[in-house]
Amino acid sequence: MKARQKRLLFVALGVVGVGVAASLALSALRSNISYFFSPSQVMANEAPAEAVFRLGGLVVDDSIARQEDGLTVHFAVTDNAETVRVSYTGILPDLFGEGQGVVTKGRLGGDGVFYAEEVLAKHDESYLPPEVASSLKEAHVQGVVDAVTQK
Amino acid sequence: MSIFRYAAPASFYPLAGRLIPWFAAIAAASILIGLYWGFFQTPDQLGGTNPQKEYYRIIFVHVPAAWMSMWLYLVLAAWSAVGLVFNTRLSFMMARAAAPTGAIFTFLALWTGAFWGRPSWGTYWDWDPRLTSELILFFLYIGYIALHSAIDDARRADRASALLAIVGLVMLPVIFWSINCPDPNQCAALHQRSDLSQMESNIFRAMMLMTFGFWMYSFAAVFMRVRGIILSREAESAWVRALVEAKA
Repeated sequence: MKARQKRLLFVALGVVGVGVAASLALSALRSNISYFFSPSQVMANEAPAEAVFRLGGLVVDDSIARQEDGLTVHFAVTDNAETVRVSYTGILPDLFGEGQGVVTKGRLGGDGVFYAEEVLAKHDESYLPPEVASSLKEAHVQGVVDAVTQK
Repeated sequence: MSIFRYAAPASFYPLAGRLIPWFAAIAAASILIGLYWGFFQTPDQLGGTNPQKEYYRIIFVHVPAAWMSMWLYLVLAAWSAVGLVFNTRLSFMMARAAAPTGAIFTFLALWTGAFWGRPSWGTYWDWDPRLTSELILFFLYIGYIALHSAIDDARRADRASALLAIVGLVMLPVIFWSINCPDPNQCAALHQRSDLSQMESNIFRAMMLMTFGFWMYSFAAVFMRVRGIILSREAESAWVRALVEAKA
């Protein structure tokens, strides 16, 4: 093999490697999106009935109910339009809580309850201590309320 | 003329040697102060109704390491491009010397992220867009190093791996915009867009000090490594022989 051919081979290998890497990245991004459903989509029967998918949204206030076995938790997830009830047995992450964003992975049961195998919590996007973050959020909500009532 | 004198390995070698202790000392000082500030001068909890506990302090290593992993890849690709265009030996050596430090920072970002993710999100790993693209960046660094060491002829290794480095640049914008989700509650992505203005000032200070420290450490580590590369590649040249004889 000539030196020039070798160079060509190495360049080709490099380009193919990057192409594979990029396509893997894109397919990972796409599968993350395609297996992700909001409560509205689940209620509209757009989610697969027999397959594992991801359901995401906000945990509804006062919906968290711990069952008698001490490990199973029932709660509801909403996208502020529709609500889906979720049942999960296992340890919940530290940031799981009412009003917090979650991503759950599992199957939809025949009874309309989403049986989660995994519950992931989203973190707060602010880098502020709790008092400041809460008051900012309240101020934001108050601002929105003011804006709406002025209309 | 004056600054380009240092493009020659023979004149850059002693300059790097003189600069290393300064960069190392500044790095040690900023990392020590940054860690102290991050551990003792910042709030104990982070976030709104359901705050992150003490473990959030991992970000003082995690975020600077992630920034440096991207910055060093930019440095690696820039030196590779300069080397390809101007055919300068030292540029390729700098690129090769930057790669291991970049790989270490990428690994550090992934590793600390896993330990932060377990208590807060509830998982060590998720195929979140940002995690996935950062993992590919790690593979790019490893691929660059592997390709470079797989080719015996140094100049050919330089050119082949430089090309890989430049093509791999495509990952930097992917990582940067991988959190670009319009509504966080409509996406499966766990990473969220954060805002520097939504950052408590002591957290900001500690994070910037750590970033500066990691940056200075990178200078020291890359200069040390490039000195080794210069010596091994220029081993046959007159100035290296004179250096060795002077030491002996």
